[in-house]
Amino acid sequence: MPERRNFSIIAHIDHGKSTLADRLIQHSGIIADRNFRDQILDGLDLERERGITIKSQSINLPFTSRDGREFELNLIDTPGHVDFTYEVSRALASCEGVLLLVDATQGVQAQTLANLYLAMEHDLEIIPVINKIDLPSADIDMARAQIERDLGLDGENALLVSGKTGAGVEELLEAIVERIPPPKGENTDPLQALIFDAHYDPFRGAVASVRLFSGEIKAGDLMRPMAVGKAYKVEEVGVFRIIREPRPILRAGDVGYIIAGIKSVADTRVGDTITMDNNPAPKAMHGFRESKPVVFSSLYPVASDDYENLADSLERYKLNDASLVYTKDSSAALGQGFRCGFLGLLHLEIVQERLEREFDQSLILTAPSVIYRFTMEDGRTLEVDNPAHYPDPAAIRRGEEPYIRASILTPDRYMGSIMKLCLERRGVNSEIAYPSPGRMDIQFDLPLAEVIFDFYDRLKSITQGYGSFDYELLEYREGDLVKLDILVNGEKVDALSMVVHKDRARARALNACERLKDEIPRQQYKVAIQGAIGGNIIARETISAFRKDVTAKCYGGDISRKRKLLEKQKAGKKRMKMVGDIEIPQSAFIAVLKTSDDE
Amino acid sequence: MDANPNDNGDGFGQAPGLYVHVPFCATKCPYCAFASCTRIESAPAFRDAVLAEAARYRNRFSPFDTLYFGGGTPGFVDPAILGDIVHKLRNILAFKPDCEATIEVNPADVTADRAAAWHDMGFCRASLGAQAFDDDALRFLGRRHDASGVSEALLRLRHAGFVDIGIDLIYGLPGQTREAWRSTLRRALDAGPTHLSCYALSVEPRTPLARAVRRREAELPGESAVAALFLDTSRFLAKAGFIHYEVSNYALLDRYRSRHNVKYWRSVPTLGLGPSAHSFDGTRRWWNVRSLEAYLRRSQARISPVAASERLTDEMRRLETLAMGFRTREGVSLDVLRDGPAAEAALSRLVADGRLKIQRNRAVPTTTGFLVADSLARTFA
Repeated sequence: MPERRNFSIIAHIDHGKSTLADRLIQHSGIIADRNFRDQILDGLDLERERGITIKSQSINLPFTSRDGREFELNLIDTPGHVDFTYEVSRALASCEGVLLLVDATQGVQAQTLANLYLAMEHDLEIIPVINKIDLPSADIDMARAQIERDLGLDGENALLVSGKTGAGVEELLEAIVERIPPPKGENTDPLQALIFDAHYDPFRGAVASVRLFSGEIKAGDLMRPMAVGKAYKVEEVGVFRIIREPRPILRAGDVGYIIAGIKSVADTRVGDTITMDNNPAPKAMHGFRESKPVVFSSLYPVASDDYENLADSLERYKLNDASLVYTKDSSAALGQGFRCGFLGLLHLEIVQERLEREFDQSLILTAPSVIYRFTMEDGRTLEVDNPAHYPDPAAIRRGEEPYIRASILTPDRYMGSIMKLCLERRGVNSEIAYPSPGRMDIQFDLPLAEVIFDFYDRLKSITQGYGSFDYELLEYREGDLVKLDILVNGEKVDALSMVVHKDRARARALNACERLKDEIPRQQYKVAIQGAIGGNIIARETISAFRKDVTAKCYGGDISRKRKLLEKQKAGKKRMKMVGDIEIPQSAFIAVLKTSDDE
Repeated sequence: MDANPNDNGDGFGQAPGLYVHVPFCATKCPYCAFASCTRIESAPAFRDAVLAEAARYRNRFSPFDTLYFGGGTPGFVDPAILGDIVHKLRNILAFKPDCEATIEVNPADVTADRAAAWHDMGFCRASLGAQAFDDDALRFLGRRHDASGVSEALLRLRHAGFVDIGIDLIYGLPGQTREAWRSTLRRALDAGPTHLSCYALSVEPRTPLARAVRRREAELPGESAVAALFLDTSRFLAKAGFIHYEVSNYALLDRYRSRHNVKYWRSVPTLGLGPSAHSFDGTRRWWNVRSLEAYLRRSQARISPVAASERLTDEMRRLETLAMGFRTREGVSLDVLRDGPAAEAALSRLVADGRLKIQRNRAVPTTTGFLVADSLARTFA
């Protein structure tokens, strides 16, 4: 029987993880060259477009080493974003080793560090790999030095590869089987299978990706996810070789999948342990936790009569994404919708995009919010994740908001603009380290609320893409929190309200008014856009009425043409929201979530 | 069809109108996007094709009370051929005795003989494509006549017996000042027309003007400047006694309005003959192939020249009522506007802002309402 090696690849975005994975897959020969496409593990369009992995998945690669030993290598691909840190931790817990990929042209980045620490916590064998050695700008010595200095790893023994040309891949595979220890665990012990990912198959139900730490599982067994407490009859087990490849049995040390007629991924939650119903493991694998949303936003259909459709789409989407939580919500401006909780801003964007693309929904999102905590005069504590539920300000004794510790790795030339960004976002306790010449690690305590408002995009833009960002959640801290309302021609647009820190209220109000001014088309009358706290107007913009829009001529042939234009405009109105008698396009609701480029 | 929501009972009635598109021009003007060509030698073939097309509609329309020869430049065509068309049309299709018959003419084509010939063949109304009254503007517009030619042409038409004479003008030309435009209007009034059409110059795609604008060889006045010219025009002509009855149209008295064009704005049936002509029979709209060549080819092959047609649903007709109604002083019946709080809020705001007036259960645009007629329609769509 072939030996097992289970490993993952840790890399910063753009450091070539997907391309290297492609080469490993190609080398294994499990897929004919003519069927090969680039970034083969990034199955979602979104993943390919953004160049990031969103879902974990595994792939089983056969390999024969130079000394003739047979292996099955399980590569577990992990999400590349801080929103999915928990998913990454479960994937890493399923491995014995990791390849730490460093771009020979860019060196070590923040994302690499965060996941490296995770790998160290799990006591994994770490193999530094310097990638993109084929590029003229590759600086292998610099990369080696950074690996030694920044990461405390052995830079001299780092492997040199090019995912693009395939150079060094053979040596890499040899290193994997040499350096990464084989999995431990007894087939005869009770089953412990850690779920590190799950996806939904419309024909088979939930497909759980698992790593077996002990025991065995096969079709016909009665298994039980321990956090769920329900038993399911196993229909099929197997391994992924891009497509599912059924196997008669999975044993301790194996990585593969389990299908058991489970209706939703809510019952195959990442981090849970699958065991046998009649011979359960004494305890679940360590580290299971309910995923906890930190960012909230309301989703509304652009056309109000699409509400039922959205409800149905969310339900179907949820089959595949257990970390999304939602409840009904309603708005005077936008009608009926849903309040949704997300793991982070990227998760929010993914849910939005997938609902729009895969479920053909047109959505309006409200400003993302964190969970604020208010201590009231009567001693009660309120948790508020929706500006609509902001309490009577007179009754608030104290407001608190969640903070994060941000770590920004950047070339030192951007220090000034990054400091400015973090300081205006109310950053405190800054610490600056110089891990290597020309590079800085800037750390800040930042209110999470400031980070979910256009922080990544600003950072990317001011560092021209070179700055990298990672964070961990800190505790709640006190803050002077007010509710900012946006009024259009005197009418409050509830969907645009947001809870903000008092010091930031005016900047946010001005920004929102300006963005709305750009997005709301001119009307036959003047439109006033105002930002207000309570009855106090703190920002104002005016959209002037247009002067003339009538065409000069309208005779025989112009009539159908004009009517067709009206038909189109009427259809377009469905993508508009009426506030009083002002039409606000969907794009305006999105624009207020971003700052303008000249900020 | 049933009661027309845009009929205000002024005697213009529901009889259908007949339009003949005469696609010939001596030269092609740089701003013009109409279907026209300079191959005047095709005129006899065109005559035969129009008559053959007319025969297809024998007994399908009730008697027409307007006949409109537009183009193109109908006045450019040999009067013998033109007369032949008019004469034979009268035998093929039915006309009411008080039929309004209009011919569009270019000042350069108005000789005493032609004017007399047009009047003799039954035209009682002439629309004179003057476009401007100063030579720079006429040169920019690529017209064949000069400023003095317009007044002379009008005089010749008068001598031939035409009473009802309209002048077409274009404003919003590059560099045109309000004073220059007012002087143009003054000179047009001096010629003594009963009708004026004042069109803001619009840049139609795929015209030489569009290319010139794109290459920045011509710079047109901005939206505010054009709006100011529009308001000036309305005020100036009102003082001169003209009724601003449609966005671009003014009549000295109600009876001098273009009875034919009013049919378009009231969704009264009209039959259009000739290339690119559009027709409406109360329930369907259809339109002919655009080019003269295709039109003639089809005629020779005895194939209908209709390029496409559509049946109007109630909602489509409602949208047309909105699109047309807000362009005229007749406005739109309140029953046609959408119910609901948003429509009501918009209506009262537009009334408060002086864009609309409520008169006899109709929403009637003011002069400043005309300026935004397209978005008025959109608001209630």
